[in-house]
Amino acid sequence: MPEQLIFAMEVTLNGLLNGVMYALVALGFVLIFKASGIFNYAQGVMALFAAMTLVGIQQGRVPFGHLINEIFGTDIHYFGWEVPALAAILLTVVVMIGFAWLVQKFVFRHLVGQEPIILFMATIGLAYFLEGVSDLMWGSEIRNLDVGLPQGINDAIDLATFEIFGYGFFIDNLDIAAAVIATVLVGGLIAFAQYTKQGRAMRAVADDHQAALSVGIKLNYVWVLVWSLAGIVALVAGIMWGAKSGVQFSLSLIALKALPVLMLGGFTSIPGAIVGGLIIGVGEALFEFAVGPMIGGATENWFAYVLALVFLVFRPQGLFGEKIIERV
Amino acid sequence: MSGPAASREVLDAAIHESGHTADAEGHVTADGRKIGGVVMEMKNITLRFGGVEAIKDISFDIREGEIRAIIGPNGAGKSSMLNVISGFYHPQEGEVWYRGERRPPMKPFQIARQGIARTFQNIALFEGMSVLDNVMTGRLNQMNASILDQAFWWGKAQREEVANRQKAEEVIDFLEIQNIRKTPVGRLPYGLKKRVELARALAAEPRILLLDEPMAGMNVEEKEDMSRFVLDVNDEFGTTIVLIEHDMGVVMDLSDRVVVMDYGKKIGDGTPDEVRTNQEVIDAYLGVAHD
Repeated sequence: MPEQLIFAMEVTLNGLLNGVMYALVALGFVLIFKASGIFNYAQGVMALFAAMTLVGIQQGRVPFGHLINEIFGTDIHYFGWEVPALAAILLTVVVMIGFAWLVQKFVFRHLVGQEPIILFMATIGLAYFLEGVSDLMWGSEIRNLDVGLPQGINDAIDLATFEIFGYGFFIDNLDIAAAVIATVLVGGLIAFAQYTKQGRAMRAVADDHQAALSVGIKLNYVWVLVWSLAGIVALVAGIMWGAKSGVQFSLSLIALKALPVLMLGGFTSIPGAIVGGLIIGVGEALFEFAVGPMIGGATENWFAYVLALVFLVFRPQGLFGEKIIERV
Repeated sequence: MSGPAASREVLDAAIHESGHTADAEGHVTADGRKIGGVVMEMKNITLRFGGVEAIKDISFDIREGEIRAIIGPNGAGKSSMLNVISGFYHPQEGEVWYRGERRPPMKPFQIARQGIARTFQNIALFEGMSVLDNVMTGRLNQMNASILDQAFWWGKAQREEVANRQKAEEVIDFLEIQNIRKTPVGRLPYGLKKRVELARALAAEPRILLLDEPMAGMNVEEKEDMSRFVLDVNDEFGTTIVLIEHDMGVVMDLSDRVVVMDYGKKIGDGTPDEVRTNQEVIDAYLGVAHD
């Protein structure tokens, strides 16, 4: 087998695994957009906030430590205990649900029926607000996140591929773990939406608000539920990306990676988010591999957007989005 | 004359004489359906949109088990009235009494949970979902397993889903839409959509069913089907039905009592026969100039 083809296979595999991560971030957007028509610009910051909170709880940091010390002249930073990873994750889920409730109660409840652009602006405000809260609560230093996910090269794949091709693929265990977790999460979300009362209510609200009200669905409840789910998705995304490159401000920029995924997959489709994520993950990896060296590399930064632009021209609703039909 | 037949005649006569406010216990109609006491009463309802009065000081009542029609020319405020009953609009003045109690201002979902289901003039179905799923949403209020049970598909959630699914299937059978159970609603023709919407409302096992023009835009055959279903629902489940309809023939055939509205005012109220001969009603329909 030619060497180039073997390299391409490795690149594709890594791209796929990356794509799963993109899909995960995009999924958070789709959930909220479908149920409430809100494009949640704050999704990335939510991932940052969730990861920060997780690290903070795990390490037993005092929330708002700096603030407390400034005001009372104390010098406390840690409670002096460490919380096990799983318990810390569960506590962070509780925090994210609380956040969802607050957002609904103080922001979006009052904006029901407003123009999409106003809702969008509100989420921009929310993003900056949450960023500030995150800084104030947990500080702004880069933190290491370790919840016991496997890291480093996967020896089994390395060995197996070496025996077949005479060249061992470099696949990171963390990427594999992320892909598995993301798959389970997405599968769970789909099953939840399909077969449970709340899931059915969620789909109903996504489809028609008025009809949902008439069968006795409480819109507010469903919106809190959807924001909670988006918060949990953000937490998972935050854990994966945080474990990879540390929890820091740039984590919130993964939201920008999700944009092209959404344009590709369609804003209203969960399968779209997944397929879109995979296409962009593989696409940018292969493009960098094949074309990158000829034009000086670093194509990952823009390839996804160019692909999305092409899609906007030829298929504005995305691969799986609802077809845009204009009645005249 | 003796026995129940006699007392029925006396009752009917009493109702005839004094309009509709006579008896509290109810009576039996000529075709043998039992009509009970007042289940809902609208008292002096006034609804304004800005400076426009959509409903002007209207009062009427709805009895348990009857088919109550609201008719009137376009823009008379019929749909607004239905929206007041189902909580989509809140009147500025007046009171709604339900089951003997004054109803505080409520959200539509709360009213739905009190056993009042409705359909819409411009069909409001979940287009992306299958017929069965749409009907199942009508059962949402009959499910009370906790969200954790639901999430893990645990004991109670599972039992409930099975029971509710069975009820949904019964309704689907009843309305004869078995063959489209799995079809996404968006693909169905108009007449069937209307029927699915009725199925969803019925699945909630409502006490009062509000139908906003259930037969609008249908052909004769579809209208006949729908009329039959409305009568069957009323007959078999004893559901109280409030219906808005334009087709006079249908209204006169179906309903026990009729409220006539014009320009937001009530201009007639009584049995189909009474309404038919009411001069104001005739004027409204023939388009006599308003002063």
